[in-house]
Amino acid sequence: MKRLLWIPGAMALVIAAGCARQPVAAPAAQATAFGSAIVESSGGKQLGAPGAALPQPLVVQVNDAQGNAVTGAFVIFSGSGGVRFEPTESLTDSSGQLTTNVMLGGTSGRYELRAASTDKSGKPFTLSITELALGYQEQVGYAVDQNYCARCHDQESSAERVSNYDNLAVKPHAFTDGQTQDALSDADLTAIIGHGGPALNHSALMPPYGATLSRAEVQALIAYIRLISDPPWRAAGVVYAKR
Amino acid sequence: MQSIKAQFISLWRAWFRDPIRPFGVVSVLLLLALAVAPAKDHFSEWHSYQKQYLRLILDRGDAVTLQRHFRGGIQQIWLPDLGVVDRCQTCHTGLAEASLADVSTQPFRRHPPIPHKLDEFGCVVCHRGQGAATTVAEAHHSALAREEPILPARYIESSCGQCHHAPMAGTPRLNEGRELLARYGCVRCHTIRLPDGSMMAATDDPPPLTHIADKTTREWVYAWLKDPASYASSATMPNFQLSDADARDISAFLMATSTPQPGDTLAVPASSKAPDPAAGASLYGESFCASCHATQNAAGNLVGGNIGPELTRIGSKVKPEWLQAWLKDPRNYDAHTQMPHYRWTDQELTALAGYVANKTDSDFLANVHLDAPTPQQIAHGKALVTEYGCAVCHEIRGVAKPENFAPELSRIGSKPLAQLVFTAGMPKTLPDYVDGKIRHPRAFGAGLRMPLYTFTAQQVDALTTALLSLTDRSFALPSRLQIAAQPMTTYQPAGHAGKLMAELNCFACHRINGRGGDMAPDLTWEGSAVQRPWLDDFLKNPNTLRPALIRRMPRFNLSNSERAEVTDYFMTVYQTADFDRDSMPLGGYSAALVEQGRQLFYSKYSCQSCHMVNTQQDKGYIGPPLTQVGSRLNAAWIYHWLKNPQALRPGTIEPNQSMSDEDAGALTAFLMMQKTSGKPGAKQ
Repeated sequence: MKRLLWIPGAMALVIAAGCARQPVAAPAAQATAFGSAIVESSGGKQLGAPGAALPQPLVVQVNDAQGNAVTGAFVIFSGSGGVRFEPTESLTDSSGQLTTNVMLGGTSGRYELRAASTDKSGKPFTLSITELALGYQEQVGYAVDQNYCARCHDQESSAERVSNYDNLAVKPHAFTDGQTQDALSDADLTAIIGHGGPALNHSALMPPYGATLSRAEVQALIAYIRLISDPPWRAAGVVYAKR
Repeated sequence: MQSIKAQFISLWRAWFRDPIRPFGVVSVLLLLALAVAPAKDHFSEWHSYQKQYLRLILDRGDAVTLQRHFRGGIQQIWLPDLGVVDRCQTCHTGLAEASLADVSTQPFRRHPPIPHKLDEFGCVVCHRGQGAATTVAEAHHSALAREEPILPARYIESSCGQCHHAPMAGTPRLNEGRELLARYGCVRCHTIRLPDGSMMAATDDPPPLTHIADKTTREWVYAWLKDPASYASSATMPNFQLSDADARDISAFLMATSTPQPGDTLAVPASSKAPDPAAGASLYGESFCASCHATQNAAGNLVGGNIGPELTRIGSKVKPEWLQAWLKDPRNYDAHTQMPHYRWTDQELTALAGYVANKTDSDFLANVHLDAPTPQQIAHGKALVTEYGCAVCHEIRGVAKPENFAPELSRIGSKPLAQLVFTAGMPKTLPDYVDGKIRHPRAFGAGLRMPLYTFTAQQVDALTTALLSLTDRSFALPSRLQIAAQPMTTYQPAGHAGKLMAELNCFACHRINGRGGDMAPDLTWEGSAVQRPWLDDFLKNPNTLRPALIRRMPRFNLSNSERAEVTDYFMTVYQTADFDRDSMPLGGYSAALVEQGRQLFYSKYSCQSCHMVNTQQDKGYIGPPLTQVGSRLNAAWIYHWLKNPQALRPGTIEPNQSMSDEDAGALTAFLMMQKTSGKPGAKQ
């Protein structure tokens, strides 16, 4: 019997070793400085794909009350719908910035992200960032936009694609213009795309695309416009009385 | 033993004093057994999801409609010819409910709009996973043999690629991935057979190495082999991660096997004064070299096209005598090159060659010092060239082109997990395996030869998407569902003009009869479109149309007779059968008709938003300027173009305005009055 006494000892040793192997939660990075506001440096309002990393990383900056960048402030990112960040939390670098790669969730649509930090007294302050994931339909709409519409509706002019915006006597609306969009139903948009500006008593500088684009392409274009609208598009819809 | 038996008997008597009791107990047991099935059903995962769904829709405005649509119990889509038995809708109850667009909690989310109907294709054709399963774990995450888990959303476009083999607007990643497979020559080593029996073809253009010593030095070959990206960031040649000794030996072998070819070099004329660098620079610009060749600007960004190789450090690569000969006639060195044969004068040649050769990087070869090779080194180099399969892409004297050099990837998207070897710590799924293989090809074991590519994260995703589309299912699907890519035709223009067009490589940018690039307009019906004097004049000086474009038609300096030959060929051969180009007069329209056309142009159709007629007041710059269109285009072409632009040039962005015959006639009259003044083509 005495010969077996080593068993409990060995078990204790194994348990102790097993416990030591338990992953110790990495201590959250300790903030060395505090700011009072987070601003977006770059990477907001990108067009991404469901489940995929955004083309550009998201860069935020923490500023103090005077608007100077703060080094070593702790920033944590969060978002709904299965968004992942890499890293999720860290300290700002020597220029007061923190860069994170964003992986959107598995469904298309609008993703609201938050970057949060705290000031000296521990009071939190946050920044909201919007990112967009294009589904199949919005992707088709994006392609239609790039091929036909953006040449006039996009004010951004590049050497590869010179914008015609400045050449037009009546300026076209940007597709991100949310206020204008809220006033237009899907039927209005279909009419103006299909029959040109005069369909809604607008300028004839907008030509009709009804005989050029297919019905599905027009629908896709509208879905895309609705997605990129800023502020987010509010469908008029049916309003039901509260129960 | 006896005592146990006695105990049992006494227990039996204590419980069942009455003989009827055993019957009652057995009945209760039977009832319980019968209740197991309905209870299992009631407490199943899918049942709780259906109950959650009913609670979710209860508070919505259209609850009654949604409740009427709802069907309880196991729901199944059965499509025998696609091999689909999908019960996904058992839990995903709201897939087809358009009014649930705002619901984001799964499994009740509406399916985003796609062109296919749910009950025609089912779910697993696109999403994979186990359609017949009725639990989340089994349906989504099964990793058993012959079963596959759900495809991660980022690769979902790969499923489109199982049937659609042509690029589509809605699948940018799949399109990009397929283009990368072709452009980086992946399919040269890895055969990819498509369901229709065709092979995916490479679009890169690896140069022959049979006479490479005429072109460059051994030092450059060594540095290039060590790291192609350090020479050109856009290099499609991958990094084979060679040791210094291996790169030394391969470069020795390539130089030793190279045999000079007559005409590869041309002595640089020793002129009394150095060529004017400004002349070379302006010639580089005028010849639109940047339409095909990129260079790095000061900020490190590539500027220019990607048809030809990057020229940032070209002076550190090529020998001046070779460059001189190459610019004079590129097809002498490489018969299949994309580079057009410009007709430069000797003076221009020297100036341009001098300018191009000045694009050097003194650091690039600074640390390369190679001693004369020994025969052993050359022999070892040859062995390495064979081992790494260099001859799959490059023509090398003395090394035969190996067949099936790397594993075939025709069905990589369905490769069973059991056949994959993962590296430590990586997630054990097929997409992660493919992704890892592209990122770290040599990490999967010793002795692997696959080279390292410098792809961005987006490019790796695109490649993985394209590879995952190569599934067993795509071969098993009925052939009526397969939509083949439109292959490039092998159209070849005939005669001497055809030979000229091959020398100028018109097809690099223009498409004619289904062959060629899409950088410049399709010329299939150019003979119907333009007037002969204009075309002749344009070939002489292509600056006359859209002068502000960055990538545009270069001037080839054709001789008068060559120009006449090409022009005649275009005017005769490239005509549409739909109308006669001479059916409408080039001029002599009534003033009233022209005025009517002017008003239509500026008011009803507002053509000035994209085109200019009067450079003083019009600003539109999307379509070509129409200031001289009456000397450029035929009236019949303008008329038919206005009626339906896409019928004459598919894909053109000018909208079809469903114009009446009368309006089109008036606009044609107005446009035909916009003539050149005092230049060729004016006298019509």
